[in-house]
Amino acid sequence: MSEMSAQETLPYHEAVPGAVLERLENGSLIVAADKLLQLGTYLRDHEGYDLLSSVTGVDYLGYKGRDASNRFEVVYHLYSTKRGGGPLVLKVRMPESNPELPSVVSVWPGAELQEREIWDLYGIRFTGHPNLRRILLWEGFNGHPMRKDWHEAYYEEEHKPFRSRHPNGHHVLAEDRAPWHDNVFYPEGWDPEIWQEPIVQYRLPTDPSLGTTGDLPTERIVVNFGPQHPSTHGVFRMIVTLEGETIVGLEPEVGYLHRNHEKIGERNTYLMNMPFTDRLDYLCSMSNNLGYALAVEKLIGAEVPERAEYLRIIMVELTRIINHLLAIGFLLNDLGAFFTPVLYAFEERELILDLFEEAAGSRMMCNYMRFGGVAHDVSEDWLERCRYLVNERLPRRVDELERLLTENEIVVARCKGVGYLSPEDAIALSVTGPLLRASGVQYDIRKAEPYSIYDRFDFEIPVYHGCDVYDRYRVRVAEIRQSIRILQQALKDIPPGEIQSGKKQHLLRVPPGEVYSRIEAPKGELGFYIVSDGSPNPFRYHIRAPSFVNLTALGPMSVGYKVADAIINLGSIDIVLGETDR
Amino acid sequence: MFGKGVLKGLGVTMKHWLYTYVDDIRKIPSRYAGGRDILKQMPDEEGIFTIQYPEEKRVIPERYRFTPMLLYDAATGKDLCTACGICTKVCPTQCIWIVRDKDEKGKPISRPAEFYIDASLCMNCGLCSEFCPFGAIKPNHDFERAVYDRHQDMIYDKQALLVPLEYHAAIHPTEYAEEEAAKAAKAQAKARRAQSRRRRGSAADRKPGEDGAD
Repeated sequence: MSEMSAQETLPYHEAVPGAVLERLENGSLIVAADKLLQLGTYLRDHEGYDLLSSVTGVDYLGYKGRDASNRFEVVYHLYSTKRGGGPLVLKVRMPESNPELPSVVSVWPGAELQEREIWDLYGIRFTGHPNLRRILLWEGFNGHPMRKDWHEAYYEEEHKPFRSRHPNGHHVLAEDRAPWHDNVFYPEGWDPEIWQEPIVQYRLPTDPSLGTTGDLPTERIVVNFGPQHPSTHGVFRMIVTLEGETIVGLEPEVGYLHRNHEKIGERNTYLMNMPFTDRLDYLCSMSNNLGYALAVEKLIGAEVPERAEYLRIIMVELTRIINHLLAIGFLLNDLGAFFTPVLYAFEERELILDLFEEAAGSRMMCNYMRFGGVAHDVSEDWLERCRYLVNERLPRRVDELERLLTENEIVVARCKGVGYLSPEDAIALSVTGPLLRASGVQYDIRKAEPYSIYDRFDFEIPVYHGCDVYDRYRVRVAEIRQSIRILQQALKDIPPGEIQSGKKQHLLRVPPGEVYSRIEAPKGELGFYIVSDGSPNPFRYHIRAPSFVNLTALGPMSVGYKVADAIINLGSIDIVLGETDR
Repeated sequence: MFGKGVLKGLGVTMKHWLYTYVDDIRKIPSRYAGGRDILKQMPDEEGIFTIQYPEEKRVIPERYRFTPMLLYDAATGKDLCTACGICTKVCPTQCIWIVRDKDEKGKPISRPAEFYIDASLCMNCGLCSEFCPFGAIKPNHDFERAVYDRHQDMIYDKQALLVPLEYHAAIHPTEYAEEEAAKAAKAQAKARRAQSRRRRGSAADRKPGEDGAD
């Protein structure tokens, strides 16, 4: 009797009985795997949780209070694009043997790549997933590396600081310690004589009506773009199915730059991860720093002094300008305007990077933010030069960039109406950032769930309704202007004072718990999901990378357009492979 | 009119092309006259700015980080490093290793006998110098460090890492001045404390009953 009434008080009991098994102290809901789809559909249609921001797995092996019956967990973070505000967190727990749960791709198609990543790294199977194969690693890879009991070939120790890489003062390279052959582990029953590389089954379009022209007999061909192609922004591969020149199917292939950043992150201490975040989206290291610092600060409850808050905003908005300038420049590169617009973007970027170098010590790998502040203060001269840039030079240069591109007939002809992504599709595919706002959805985390001190500044969220490549370009230009506006206010108001609260510590005491913290990075929503078990190293460290999730939209966006448009569609998404592959 | 946008864009390109020359003319004598120099782009330069490396070089800002160096005091010949090992613990890539020195009796003393940095692992993050309590390890500015063999030549031992304090003062003038000021303030405070203790001590001399309270 009492059990019944306890169940009735659980949220969404009336709509989907028995779906929510438990409500945790931090507000997240434990969901029954078999009711997940039903609950998801209800939440999407009736509760307004239309944006599935992050899906990730956690392996709780060895965590206090967990055993083999609930070793694995998949965590969903749902947001509402209309209401804004905080997340609804769903969790599904699974036993150690044969972890399996239904795929939510039918409810939120944006889960596709993220679920593939969980399958790849954790070996959690998603039933009903349309294309469940490995994504970051290759087919045939032995094991699932994010599991706590999986060790790499040159495994040293579980946590840093390591005991020694230099025993008795002699340096030993990892490959000498475990030389070739000694580090090779053969799975049970594996025989190199009979083993054959698995055949990768790419998903090819099945709809025969797509792209056919009249009664001309045609044949579909599959073209491989990349991984080394000058216009693929790095080592990125697209498998494009063509009917004549029309794309009928496109599948992105990533993982060429995969280094298992998250596993490295779990070995590191909290502070050690800071310089590693620089290397995610290496064009926007300041934004990555801020995202990570905010997440850890939420866990430890650190205060940030006023001046440090302003410095953070200044750095992050300068980063946004850099990123959008480069995004526009490289989009034009993809269009064939080879390197003139990029070079003009680089001119401004150089000056901003000079400022970064003076403030942080490095142009791209800034490593500038610390928990509870920033690493270094800036001088009055620095601020003066920055003021000159944002008050005089950058507005003029953005006008000039617009004069160069916005009305250019070739740009308009190539970009207008290309890569259509409807607002509904954009939200369903978990697209965020300028891409979403170019599809007419006014959703920006700086306004929807303000972090740091963004609520103090007067700025707008530019939104365009063209849903095409041209509007993605225009949204970026408009965002540069808004960033300049924020910078002008921040540089006017920046107070003197401390830049670090408390004493700087290299070993943090982090209470057990978990946090998901997200910021509006230049490319979209950058989220850090951290689980702490109270030790100096994070137990789980996950990055919800905007360019990775935005790639889900590349296929749907490109089908029906010409093969040359696939490249500018990719350019308009603006990916950085360091972040996509992690 | 169709083509107006393209023409406008061409105008912008033309302007950019001209500006590069305007920048050069504004700087008379030209940077190419009288030998090559280290250069810095000013924010008010409108054209394309190119540095002809390696003949010309950029001005490197003070906080620029590269593989660390180890400081010693040339006047006394002593290392600043006390082999406390904080840098080895904070290093994200675990590329530092210290062997603590021993005195004649074999007791460990606060001086490194060996100090290694594997530069092939170092990611130039600067955390070691940020958390060094003695200011003994600092990011170097010397970035021209290509070698032929990564297994031997990229592992710097103490001899390769040591630089005199003057070098640090030369490349980090502001930081050095701040350190010196902090050191002076600390010494002053110490002297003041000692003075007040002396005064209290002499007061205690007058009242022998309160002796030992210090």
